Amino acid sequence: MTPTAITDPSEYVGAPMRQKLAGFARTLRDNGFKVGLAETRDALALFATPTATRASALKPALRALFCATHSDWERFDEIFDAFWLRRGMRQALTAVGAPTTGRPRGQRGAEAPQGESGLPDRVERHNDADVDAAGDGRGRREGASRSENLAATDMRHIVDPADIARTHALAARLARVMRARLVRREQIRRRGRRIDLRGTIHRNVSHGGTLLDLAWRRRKAKPLRLVLLLDASGSMELYTAFFVRFLHGVVDCFREAEAFVFHTRLAHVSASLRDRNVARAVDRLSLMAQGIGGGTRIGESLATFNRWHARRVINSRTAVMIVSDGYDTGEPDRLVAEMRRLRRRCRRIIWLNPLIGWRDYRPQARGMRAALPYVDLFAPAHNLASLAALEPYLARI
Amino acid sequence: MTLTRDNISDRLAAAGYIADRDIATALWLMEFLKRPLLLEGEAGVGKTEVAKALATVHDAELIRLQCYEGLDQNAALYEWNYQRQLLAIKTREGAGENADAIEEHIFSERYLLERPLLAAIRRVRPPVLLIDEVDRADEEFEAFLLELLSDFQVSIPELGTIKATAIPRVVLTSNGTRELSDALRRRCLYHYVDFPEVDREAKIILTRTPGIDTALALQIARMVAAVRKEDLRKVPGVAETLDWAATLAGLGVHELRQEPEAVYETMICLLKTHEDRAQLTREVSDRLLGKVA
Repeated sequence: MTPTAITDPSEYVGAPMRQKLAGFARTLRDNGFKVGLAETRDALALFATPTATRASALKPALRALFCATHSDWERFDEIFDAFWLRRGMRQALTAVGAPTTGRPRGQRGAEAPQGESGLPDRVERHNDADVDAAGDGRGRREGASRSENLAATDMRHIVDPADIARTHALAARLARVMRARLVRREQIRRRGRRIDLRGTIHRNVSHGGTLLDLAWRRRKAKPLRLVLLLDASGSMELYTAFFVRFLHGVVDCFREAEAFVFHTRLAHVSASLRDRNVARAVDRLSLMAQGIGGGTRIGESLATFNRWHARRVINSRTAVMIVSDGYDTGEPDRLVAEMRRLRRRCRRIIWLNPLIGWRDYRPQARGMRAALPYVDLFAPAHNLASLAALEPYLARI
Repeated sequence: MTLTRDNISDRLAAAGYIADRDIATALWLMEFLKRPLLLEGEAGVGKTEVAKALATVHDAELIRLQCYEGLDQNAALYEWNYQRQLLAIKTREGAGENADAIEEHIFSERYLLERPLLAAIRRVRPPVLLIDEVDRADEEFEAFLLELLSDFQVSIPELGTIKATAIPRVVLTSNGTRELSDALRRRCLYHYVDFPEVDREAKIILTRTPGIDTALALQIARMVAAVRKEDLRKVPGVAETLDWAATLAGLGVHELRQEPEAVYETMICLLKTHEDRAQLTREVSDRLLGKVA
């Protein structure tokens, strides 16, 4: 028996019901819900009330209890119906207040829902990364799609171990310079904006209460936030592996960084990158980066970003770094509109283009030309040296 | 006395809040499990209204804490009245009192400024505590809030620990400008407030706009629902709908379709950015009108 069942209210709730509830909690957990013992205990308490005998009230009540984010909220109905209704809500409910009912189906215990054929243990398909990403509010709408990660590409072999380490170290160094500079500047500028009475009185206790030293208040400096958008389309194929490493380094080192990968659509990948095991994180990401062949829709991906993610991940201290070659198969007008929108919201837009490293390169791609007016820094990014050259610029932001 | 879910529905209606059944269930559950309720949803869907209605349902005082970036304990919990303390020190020193007596005096409750959180736990009758837009506050403040929400006691170094006399009913709202911590989410019940469906919005218009007729209210609700489906930067909320309804009623409009001009011109009540205004041209307005009216 699961520990969740050993609680006070359990005295009023039958054993089969307890087991079903434990099974339901487990199904939710499998689907990425953060359901703990406290929630299950509360749910048991709920089952002991008359409200639980009314299906119309039970679903909203359990939903309020078990959901923690909007994406949970959106998926709950589906999972609830699949778990309870297909197995017969009414039968389950007759078990309330009848602890001795030993129906065989109830005895199968918490394992039953998973084991039974035809009953999905997960209503929505997830790879690990998706489950993690479910915490970010809109995860469901544009997460890695089902059809596009059929085959796994192994990006580990494209970059040799020494390069991996160097990429990671470089990302860490960039993160450090950006953060350190920012904090120092804030301190100097904000010094002495207001007198802090509390601190002043405290500091002058040793002078017998005569105010000699003044304590000042200044606003807390917050680190710069970096949002990375990586183009993982076919035309970028040669560089994707390299930048995935870079992405991992950035997410790993910055306290506030968010990473997105796009080709024809946009996927939020920060959660899957926050894994100390580089190989595993990169593997997961290489799954998401699949979908090559459909072209690049930079404009639409940016639109998704602006509409669903920007409000949450962008503030006035955010630098957005787009890594793309600018070959856009979508409408240039769309790209322009979205770039303009993005420009208004964030502090800087940096566009890294691996092609600049090529000789005689001119930004002729339609998408690139359309986006250029809104970009603060347009820089090459075809090797480690070019990334390292960004350091002075990032430090000044 | 515990209220049943139906009691709560009825009282919400009496308080002028047109609730769907789900929110009534959530409010009941909040009472039953004694947990805070976290409301999320787009701006303008009426999250704050829920707390106000809850206060009316329980006939309780509403204490509101508006969160903002940089909100700290001193603004949320308590603060000493330093100016008065300094004055008191000077006058009492002049009168020749000894230091201990002065200290005793200036750190008494007379000099304590109550801020919303302290106020909420010191009331005799349990109030409704609305922590509005908690996502705007910093992470540090969120951690502090967690501590308060679990123990309902506060320690003030100079004065001692203050325990809650009555556990307040806590409603938190969030607009999703920052991701809240799992710990805070776990402690709360969750409800996602969506834009009201057409019927419910029509009812809201009817209760809040005196003298408007039922057919017009329904038309307005349909029109707003259609506008919300357009790709707008700032989707109009319920408050905007009410403004618009009041405007149309004030202009003496009875039937939207007959006065497309007025509909288009008054749509500034709904559209709050230049971009949205430019997008919803007269043609779009007429097309939507044709569909809904």
